[in-house]
Amino acid sequence: MLRVENLHVSVDSTPIIKGLNLTIRRGEIHVIMGRNGAGKSTLANVVMGHPAYEITSGEIHFQGRPLEELAVFERARAGMFLSFQYPAVIPGVQVGTFLKKSVASVRDDPPKGRAFRKELNEAMSKLEMDKSFLSRYVNDGFSGGEKKRLEILQMLLLKPSLALLDETDSGLDIDALRIVSKGINEVAPEAGCLIITHYQRLLDHVKPHYVHAMIDGAIVKTGGPELALELEERGYDWLDAAA
Amino acid sequence: MSEEAFEAVGDYKYGFHDPENHTIRFDKGLSEQVVRDISELKNEPQWMTDIRVKAFKHFEERAMPDWGNCNLLESINFENVTYFLRSSDQTEKNWDDVPDDIKNTFDRLGIPDAEQKWLGGVTAQYESEAVYHSIREDLEEQGVIFLDMDTGLKTHPELVKKFFGTVVPHSDNKFSALNTAVWSGGSFIYVPKGISVEMPVQAYFRINAKNMGQFERTLIIADEGSTIHYVEGCTAPSYSTDSLHSAVVELVAMEGAKIRYSTVQNWSNNVYNLVTKRAVAHKNATVEWVDGNIGSKLTMKYPSVLLKGEGAHAEVISVAYAGEGQHQDAGAKVHHLAPNTTSNILSKSISKNGGRSSYRGMLQVMPKASDCRSKVVCDALILDENSRSDTYPTMEIGNSSADLEHEASVSKVSSDQLFYLMSRGFTEEAAMGLIVNGFFEPFTRELPMEYAVELNKLLELEMEGSIG
Repeated sequence: MLRVENLHVSVDSTPIIKGLNLTIRRGEIHVIMGRNGAGKSTLANVVMGHPAYEITSGEIHFQGRPLEELAVFERARAGMFLSFQYPAVIPGVQVGTFLKKSVASVRDDPPKGRAFRKELNEAMSKLEMDKSFLSRYVNDGFSGGEKKRLEILQMLLLKPSLALLDETDSGLDIDALRIVSKGINEVAPEAGCLIITHYQRLLDHVKPHYVHAMIDGAIVKTGGPELALELEERGYDWLDAAA
Repeated sequence: MSEEAFEAVGDYKYGFHDPENHTIRFDKGLSEQVVRDISELKNEPQWMTDIRVKAFKHFEERAMPDWGNCNLLESINFENVTYFLRSSDQTEKNWDDVPDDIKNTFDRLGIPDAEQKWLGGVTAQYESEAVYHSIREDLEEQGVIFLDMDTGLKTHPELVKKFFGTVVPHSDNKFSALNTAVWSGGSFIYVPKGISVEMPVQAYFRINAKNMGQFERTLIIADEGSTIHYVEGCTAPSYSTDSLHSAVVELVAMEGAKIRYSTVQNWSNNVYNLVTKRAVAHKNATVEWVDGNIGSKLTMKYPSVLLKGEGAHAEVISVAYAGEGQHQDAGAKVHHLAPNTTSNILSKSISKNGGRSSYRGMLQVMPKASDCRSKVVCDALILDENSRSDTYPTMEIGNSSADLEHEASVSKVSSDQLFYLMSRGFTEEAAMGLIVNGFFEPFTRELPMEYAVELNKLLELEMEGSIG
């Protein structure tokens, strides 16, 4: 699904990712943990294709194709999805319109009319979202939790084959965390998932196959769910020597 | 439409033209004789001829405005304009009686279709005069008068005489003088006391001939406690030579009346659009200008409201889109002449591909006008480095009890917004189209739905192929 080999990435000529390797297969949930500034968000953004990040060396393959061949919208259409840490505000564009157009752009055989509304209603009730969301403007005046819920709603509707979740659990209360996790678990069996987080508590709801510790732009240790507990308990200092 | 005509159209969907058939066509150029000839041809009362001649003299003496886009204004060649062109001898009540070419054009513009679905009445003006006019019978039975201006003058001379030129005098500016001298067509509306016209009535203005001058004159009187929504649309063929559109619109809202006047101006990029629109709002009356400027080469237009009676309210919502080779100099003027009057002005502009948009606004509170409230918001969105946006707000506040708010912003589309939308499957052009539609949303939501859909499509089209 996703193969990252010896990846090096810079922002404004400052190296952020320094030799990262990662392979995600269909049905796998990967969690990346690390300090602020370790390069976790950079990884998610560079895979999605943010123009501010420059790949200086290394390769990324998505579904067997070199990623550089695909523009951002083509990555989305090929099944990639990024749940943003800070989703952009689009004033004047209603959530309902945005979702409909987005689904129509991304999915090969998008549901139309009544079928779309039915799917939308089901997804929204799963995420315990009120219908009034649909007439609000995209992320405009949304609370942190509302933004994250809208991200997960998009994920359910776009049905990605690779879901990148960038600190989707940050700033959520217990209920919101449970709801967001429900969304992730729904998509996960059919997709590859990369979850970036600071907190072990998400893992009470979502069971990862792999947990990676990221230090200074590279993955220095990989384990199972127990590694997340260890990292939360011990911090990252004990891994610095490995970096 | 011939192949040749089609090629000239380019991206502008309404740029096609018909053969120039006419029953009367004046030679190009302007003189007192031309003015008198128009009046005579229309068999007008002497007082109207006199006003025209007086206005013509004022036009000749009056200097061009020394503000706005002076270079473009100076480049207008008044001698190269056709001031009167009659394309059909009668104003028909049935589309089947309208000459085929002209009917086909209005079919392509979707007017007969819209009329059947959601309008209370339609005037279709082609060149100098209305070729089609109709009003729903139930409105007519309620005493609502909706006519083209020429017919209005013939059948209701006393009403026209009472109000004509009272809101926009011929001496207001050079172009109001020109319009008063050579006006032809436009709408005349009177809504009797207490009558609410629920369905909008529409006028559609179409220029077809090259170097044409269209000078419609509109007068709307809403008597006490009545309401009306008037919608106008305008398009023209794309020619390499210029055309001139210079209208005057006068609105009178009597006590407690409400007039909403919605425009989506989509002239081709060879049209000078120099229009004076003004309203008087009496006690507790409301006037709303919903004004969209998408087309034209140069537009100078500042819908105004004189809040003359206590408790009157003005609402001006305008958008301007300035693309390549376009200058939209638009805005709003509100004069608070009486106590407890309120106004809201919202102006939004987009500049792209070297286009220029200017907001020019005037907010005036007279000394006697106590306890007035006004809010002015101007937002500009600039889509590339070559484009330009300016703001020229003027405030004259003569009463210290006024409660005023003014907000202005200039923004660019952020790379984060584009990236977010592109990550959701939108191409860069589609993402830009969505952002632009969102930016204009406070305007489009005020339009009848059919217009809003059309405008959104138009803007999305404008964003295509524009990203480099």
